[in-house]
Amino acid sequence: MRLRLAFGLATLVLITAGCSSTAPTPAPTASTARVSTPDTTGQAEREAAFWARRNADRQRFTQADVDFMTGMIGHHAQALIMAAMAPTHGASPELQTLAARIDNAQKAEIATMQNWLRIRGQPVPEVHIEGTHLMIHGPGGHMNHGDHMMPGMLTQAQLDELDAARGPEFDRLFLTYMIGHHSGAVTMVEDLFATDGGAQEDDAFKLASDIQVDQRTEIARMHRMLDARSAD
Amino acid sequence: MRRLSLVALAGVLAACSSSSPVTTPGGSASAGPIRTGPDLYATTAPSPDPRVGLAPGLFDAEEAIWNLRKLSSNAPPEAFLGVTNSDLAFKGDYAFQGNYNGIIVWDLSNPASPEVVMDYVCPASQSDVSVYGDLMFVSGEGLGGRLDCGTEGVREQVSSDRLRGIRIFNIADIRDPEYIANVQTCRGSHTHSLLVDPDDTENVYVYVSGSAGVRPAEELPGCVSASPDEDPNSALFRIEVIRVPLAHPEQAAIVSSPRIFDDLVAPERHGQAPGDIRATEEARARGAFVIEFDGNTFVLPDRQAQNMLHQAMQARGAGEDEEVTAADSAAVQAQLDAFVASRREQTSDGPRPGPTQCHDITLYPEMGLAGGACEGYGLLLDISNPVEPRRLQAVADSNFSYWHSATFNNDATKVLFSDEWGGGGQAKCRADDPMEWGADAIFTIENREMNFQGYYKMPAPQTVNENCVAHNGSLIPIPGRDIMVQSWYQGGVSVFDWTDPTQPIEIAFHDRGPSADGEMGPGGTWSVYWYNGLLVSSEIARGLDVFELTPSGFLSENEIAASKTVRLDYLNAQGQPHFVWPASFALVRAYVDQLERSNGLSTARVTAVRTALSGAESASGSARRAALTALATSLASDAASSGDAAKVRMLVDAVRALAG
Repeated sequence: MRLRLAFGLATLVLITAGCSSTAPTPAPTASTARVSTPDTTGQAEREAAFWARRNADRQRFTQADVDFMTGMIGHHAQALIMAAMAPTHGASPELQTLAARIDNAQKAEIATMQNWLRIRGQPVPEVHIEGTHLMIHGPGGHMNHGDHMMPGMLTQAQLDELDAARGPEFDRLFLTYMIGHHSGAVTMVEDLFATDGGAQEDDAFKLASDIQVDQRTEIARMHRMLDARSAD
Repeated sequence: MRRLSLVALAGVLAACSSSSPVTTPGGSASAGPIRTGPDLYATTAPSPDPRVGLAPGLFDAEEAIWNLRKLSSNAPPEAFLGVTNSDLAFKGDYAFQGNYNGIIVWDLSNPASPEVVMDYVCPASQSDVSVYGDLMFVSGEGLGGRLDCGTEGVREQVSSDRLRGIRIFNIADIRDPEYIANVQTCRGSHTHSLLVDPDDTENVYVYVSGSAGVRPAEELPGCVSASPDEDPNSALFRIEVIRVPLAHPEQAAIVSSPRIFDDLVAPERHGQAPGDIRATEEARARGAFVIEFDGNTFVLPDRQAQNMLHQAMQARGAGEDEEVTAADSAAVQAQLDAFVASRREQTSDGPRPGPTQCHDITLYPEMGLAGGACEGYGLLLDISNPVEPRRLQAVADSNFSYWHSATFNNDATKVLFSDEWGGGGQAKCRADDPMEWGADAIFTIENREMNFQGYYKMPAPQTVNENCVAHNGSLIPIPGRDIMVQSWYQGGVSVFDWTDPTQPIEIAFHDRGPSADGEMGPGGTWSVYWYNGLLVSSEIARGLDVFELTPSGFLSENEIAASKTVRLDYLNAQGQPHFVWPASFALVRAYVDQLERSNGLSTARVTAVRTALSGAESASGSARRAALTALATSLASDAASSGDAAKVRMLVDAVRALAG
C-alpha cells in the first residue's frame, strides 16, 4: 500500500497564483455555439507529456500480444467472408442482421488491431479477400492454412460448403460454423490471458476483453437462433 | 514521489488556464464562429448540426455546444495525463474520478475552477469508483493491478501480488486516504454498484460485475472456469455480492454469488416498436400477407407473395391470364399458418445458454428494483433482499449487441438500457450506422414487467476517427419530466427528454472534434452525471468538464431552478437516488411552464396563475398562505377540463405544499 499525493506545492501554487478563472457571466440565453478553445501557454507541453506517457505505456506490450493481434486479424477476416455471403444466399432477415453486425464489428476491430500493431512498430498483416478465398499478406499469413490454422477457423472446403448452401440450410450452416469460429476467438483470448505478460498493456487488455465478451454474447444469441432452426 | 515537481507544476498551471470561459457564446474567449444566435424560445435543434465537421485536437479541438454552458475544462494531474479517465462518484463538494492509474479527487465548490485536492496513484483498470460515508470503493479488473498499488504491473500469469476485485479505502481525511481492505474476486471487477439498503443501517453491499476471464485457482483458490453443469462452483453465470459492515469495513467479504441467470430463456427480440406496428398495419391495409409469430408480426415481401400466389394458381390448374382469386389468397394464408405452427413446435424446447455475467447493475433501493445489463439481456431484479437479488424479467433485443447499463426514471415506471456495441473503442455513430444499433432502448415498467417503447441515439453523425456509442449517464431532476444526460464517448454529451418513451428527443449537447487528426485517438466522455446543479463529465483524455443547463424552448429557467432545489449528500450513479423536490416557487412555476408548453392550461389561465404566484411570493405569513390556498383550490377545478389533468394535480399538490 503506497500513497502518493500530488497535493502540496503544486496545489498551493494553483491557489496563490490567483490563476483560478472567474466564473463566466451567466448568459440567460439558449444558444448554439461553435467555438475553438483558445491556444493557451503550456498546452504544447501538456500535449507532449500526454503522448510521452501514452507511448511509454504502449511499449509495455509483449510478443504474446503481438501474436494475438496478428492471428486475430486473419481470424476476423474469415468472418467477413462468411458474413458477406448472407445477402446473396437467401439468409433469413434475422440472420442478415446478425451477419451485417458481424461484418461491421469485425471490420472495425481488424482496423483497430492493425493500428495497434502499426503504432508499436510491428509488421501489419493486410487482408485480401477474393470470393471465398482469404489471403493474408505479411505476418500471420501462414496461420490460416492447413496445420497452422487458428482455433475455430473453417477449412476452404467448409467455406465452399457454406458458399454452396442457400436459404434455411445456409442459416443453419452459417450459425454452426460461426459459433465454432467465435468460440475459437474466445479460446485465443483465454490463451492470451494464460500467458505470462499477455494483455498487461491496457489497449491489448481492452481489445481482448471486448472481443471475448462480444463474441461470447453473440455465441449465446446464435445458439438460440440455431435451436429455433434445429428441426428444419 | 516519483514525479518531477516542475512538470507537475506546469501540468496544474496548464490545466488551470484551460478553464477560461470558452463557453460564453460571443464572449471574448470565443475565437470560433457562432453558428446561430441566442434564442430563448427555440424549440428546434440547430441545423445544420454544428457537431458535424468539428476540427480535431487533443486539448484544442473545436467544440460545439447547445443549451449548455461549459463552466470549466481541466486536464488531469500530471501523474494521470495520458492514462484513461473512467467513472465518477460524488460526495459533498468533491468529485471522485477513476483513472486507470488511480483516483483523482476534485473540489467542485467553485465549479468554474475545480481544484485537485488528492490524486492517488494505484493502477488498475477500470478504477470504477463509489463512495459512502468515509468509505471509497474502487474496482480492479486488468491483469496489471497490484495489491501494493505499484506501477510495475504483474507479469506472471499466476501471482500473489495481483489485485482483481474491490479495493476499499477510508477517506475520513480526503487528502490522506487509508487503504484498508481488498476483496478479491474470480473475474475481477469491471464495474461495481453500491447498494445502500434503506432497511439496513449496519451494512452496505457491493454488487460486483466482472466480465473478464476467470482467474486460475492457483492464484485465487476456489475460482472455477468450467461451466456450472461441470462444476457447481463455477465463477460463470453469477454475480458477486460483498457485504461491508460499516463498523468494520475491513471485514468486507463476499456473502453470496446469486445465479440470477438460471434458466434464462427470453425471446431474442423485444415487442415491436411503434414504427414497426404502424408499418404492419399499413401492409395489412394494402392487402399484404402478415405473419404473426412470437409476439411479432412479419410482412411477407411482395415478391415472395407473388411467387406463392402463382404457385397456388398453378396448383389449381389456372391459366396464365387468370386473375388471383380469394381462394388463392386463402391457400397462401393457410400455407403461412402451417409454417408458423411448425416453427412454434420447433422452438418450444429446453433452456438455452444465457449470459455469464452482467456488465453493470443499476440499483434503485427505494423502489426495491435493479436494472441489470447482462451481455445479451436486460434484467429487472427485485433487490428487497440485498443478498439474494431475484430476477423478475429478462428482455432481449436483436438490435442490441451488448447490454451495458441501466437508468430508471424517478418513479421507476420506465427504465432505459444502453447498448455498448463495439465496447466503446469503435466508431458506431457514423452516418450509415443504424440508429437502433449502439443506442438506448426504453421500456415502461408496469406490474414489474418491462415493455419496449423506443430507441434513443445521439443524432449527430461522427467521423470514423471518433469512438462513439451509448455510455454512462444519469437522470436530471427536472420535476414532472424524464430528462437525462448521457456520455457518447467522442460523440460528446447529449441531454434528452424521454418523458414520451416512444419519441425521445435531444434538448442539449456538447461535442468536441476528434482527439487526433486522421486516426482514432484516445478520448471521449466516459460518464456524465448530474450532481447538485452541475453536469460533470469525465473525459477519457482531456480530464474533467463541468457544465450547467441553460434555458431554452425545451427547458425553462423555472424547470432548471426547480432541479437545483434537489441536493444530494453523495452520488453513485449506479445506486440511483430517489429525487424529492422540496416545496418552492420554482417547482410550482416549473409545472406551470410545462402546462403552458402542453396546452394543459389556457394562455389566460397561465397568465392568471403566474400573477397569483407573484402576488403570493411578495406577500408573507398568513397572507401568502391564504393566497396559495386559494390558488390551489381554483386550480383543482381546472384539472377536470385539462388535457393534462395529471400535471394539473401535481401543480395543485405543489401549491398546497408551498402553502404549508
